[in-house]
Amino acid sequence: MAGGDKVVLVTGVSRDLGRRCARAIAEHPSVRRVIGVDVVPPRGDVGDVSFVRADIRNPVIAKVIAKEDVDTVVHMSVIATPGSSGGRTTMKELNVIGTMQLLAACQKAPSVTDLVVKSTTTVYGASSRDPAMFTEDMNPRGAPRTGYAKDVAEIEGYVRGFARRRSDVRVTMLRCANVIGPHVVSPLTSYFRLPVIPTVLGFDARLQFLHEDDLRAVLQHAVASDVPGTFNIAGDGIMMLSQAVRRLQRPSIPMPGFAVGSLGSALRSARVADFSPEQKSFLTYGRGVDTTLMRDVLGFEPRFTTAEALADFAASLTPTGGRAERALAGLAERLPSTPATTDPTGPTGPTLSLAGGDSGG
Amino acid sequence: MIPVGDAEIIPIGTRGKPGRGTGKQPSSAARGLAPKAKTPPSRKPAPPAPDPAPAAEPGAATVDVPTPTTTEAPATSTAVATTHERHPLAGIPTSAWLSAFQQAAREVFGEHWEPRLAHFLAFLRRRVTGDYVVDEYGFDAEITQRFFIAALRPIAQQWFRIEVRGIDNIPTEGGALIVSNHSGTIPIDGVMTMVTVHDQTGRHLRALGADLVFKMPVISQLARKGGATLACNEDAERMLRSGELVGVWPEGFKGIGKPYSQRYKLQRFGRGGFVSAALRTGVPIVPLAVVGAEEIYPLVGNIPALARLLGIPYIPITPLFPLLGPLGLVPLPSKWLLEFGEPIRTDDYDAGAAEDPMLVFDVTDQVRETIQQTLYSLLMQRESVFK
Repeated sequence: MAGGDKVVLVTGVSRDLGRRCARAIAEHPSVRRVIGVDVVPPRGDVGDVSFVRADIRNPVIAKVIAKEDVDTVVHMSVIATPGSSGGRTTMKELNVIGTMQLLAACQKAPSVTDLVVKSTTTVYGASSRDPAMFTEDMNPRGAPRTGYAKDVAEIEGYVRGFARRRSDVRVTMLRCANVIGPHVVSPLTSYFRLPVIPTVLGFDARLQFLHEDDLRAVLQHAVASDVPGTFNIAGDGIMMLSQAVRRLQRPSIPMPGFAVGSLGSALRSARVADFSPEQKSFLTYGRGVDTTLMRDVLGFEPRFTTAEALADFAASLTPTGGRAERALAGLAERLPSTPATTDPTGPTGPTLSLAGGDSGG
Repeated sequence: MIPVGDAEIIPIGTRGKPGRGTGKQPSSAARGLAPKAKTPPSRKPAPPAPDPAPAAEPGAATVDVPTPTTTEAPATSTAVATTHERHPLAGIPTSAWLSAFQQAAREVFGEHWEPRLAHFLAFLRRRVTGDYVVDEYGFDAEITQRFFIAALRPIAQQWFRIEVRGIDNIPTEGGALIVSNHSGTIPIDGVMTMVTVHDQTGRHLRALGADLVFKMPVISQLARKGGATLACNEDAERMLRSGELVGVWPEGFKGIGKPYSQRYKLQRFGRGGFVSAALRTGVPIVPLAVVGAEEIYPLVGNIPALARLLGIPYIPITPLFPLLGPLGLVPLPSKWLLEFGEPIRTDDYDAGAAEDPMLVFDVTDQVRETIQQTLYSLLMQRESVFK
């Protein structure tokens, strides 16, 4: 632990990503002490982080803040999928009521001077009427009515309300693009881990990724710096879903939108992957966010581009497709000297190998 | 049953013989009606036998695709030479495939087929592995240039015989907004303008498309890959700021879906959003008049009820469309004229000009009038629709 003087409270450390982020914050020189809070203890090594078992849904959290003399609160206990926590009701309670209680506790605590909230770009929604790149001042084209997107929209509303009431507290909201990496378990990564990837027929979503290392780095950066505001956080560049699937060397099955929906609920009940309606519209239309403010105002530069983040994630997967690519590679190899290929029709055939993959889930 | 005895049996009908009358020889009318039982079957099997061969040969010759014919020809000839001692299911030997493949490659790619084929394979491999770059709107420059535009170029040059005037009015670099009239039932004029602008200036025209384009499967995917994006202020300004050449068709569905009787009459130019985007970014507006696109599918009718049911603006009825089925979808080969007008500068207005509705309406009207006048003068100049 370094010799700084910040005392940071991090919520949601039981999950892998939260735990790693808390450890990363603890390593920063300006931080003296990190207190991790969650309802269940983290499964992995928390390092220098001291864990306090507390539920942010009840007022106990105020006592933790007061007792430990916390000055910076990092709120990242916003869960994207009900899978891990029970049902949708529990998820909503954790997300919305948890945030309300936490903010209420922060408002009462005079020691709190900084609040960092990890939000997500899901708040912009995904529809056919979206602009290509969302900037921070844009609103979703249709207000989200269900699920995660609605939770996040409400959480952001409460955070804005808090910022109004406690104008002396620096509030930084980080709208992170889909976090991807070898250790991340999220609806999107479990989708990409499916052995055969279902896609929506006739649509190709634009995707942006944020590498998990960059998520840690940006949280560290946001805790250490004192820039208020809302920022989109994403790696450079855009990638199409079809392109990502090809880079992951996975076969894909295009199917009509309604079929993807029912397949999604089947996969959800089988606990293989989670397909919420907003996930489906995201995989149909995609979303892009503008990261100019992240660079110019927040002063953060992600280490991984979208493509590099995906490549790092792909390295942890066993490819289940890629037969056409191998055929082409073999053909190209033999070509310059003598084209000793036996199958001239091979290279033009598209890939669709049925894979009995064991890397799902 | 009553025994009839020697009662005379009077037959009803003609005793199975065609015609009436004597019962010996059918009348000529009856002979004509009777099915020709004997002669056709004996004649029919005869023609098909020689038929396929002559039919296939001209077909192969006119289509002029050397790949299949040349791969087959040497392969089968060598195969024929060796089959007398081979099992019929043994297939064609590898060496035959190889020589056929080499010959085919030489036919398709010319004498220097090896580097060319390697180049082509590298392209295919990039596509299959996803190793290419799209910009933030989903524009895939490689596939657009190598595939979309290459495939559409013959249509632009040979089918519509597009003639371009005033191409110098498009700035060679920096942002510019091309504003065009819209016609033709299906937005083929937009696609053709994109091809023509790319061929003449080397710049990609980034089209702004209607909501519906991005709602439809397949179409939305192609549109994004081809460089289009949604016609909204945010995207238009973003593209213009980054120095892209942006195309907009402000008439929208009012323009392409207007009946043939109203051809070359410009409809309302939206709400002038394109002008405020140009004013905010200070880029020139290049008016474009397209003549010829009105005649490709003369819209003579509409089925509004069905269109409402399907959620699309109109269901076109053209003189050929529902009548000839898919054949009616072939556009009429009208002669097209594209005239790019003098750029209208927007950078000498004040900073707040875009917030001044009156100014925006004025500039909108100016652009509209320019295009309308150019349309009239082009119509005067053209000899006929198809020449």
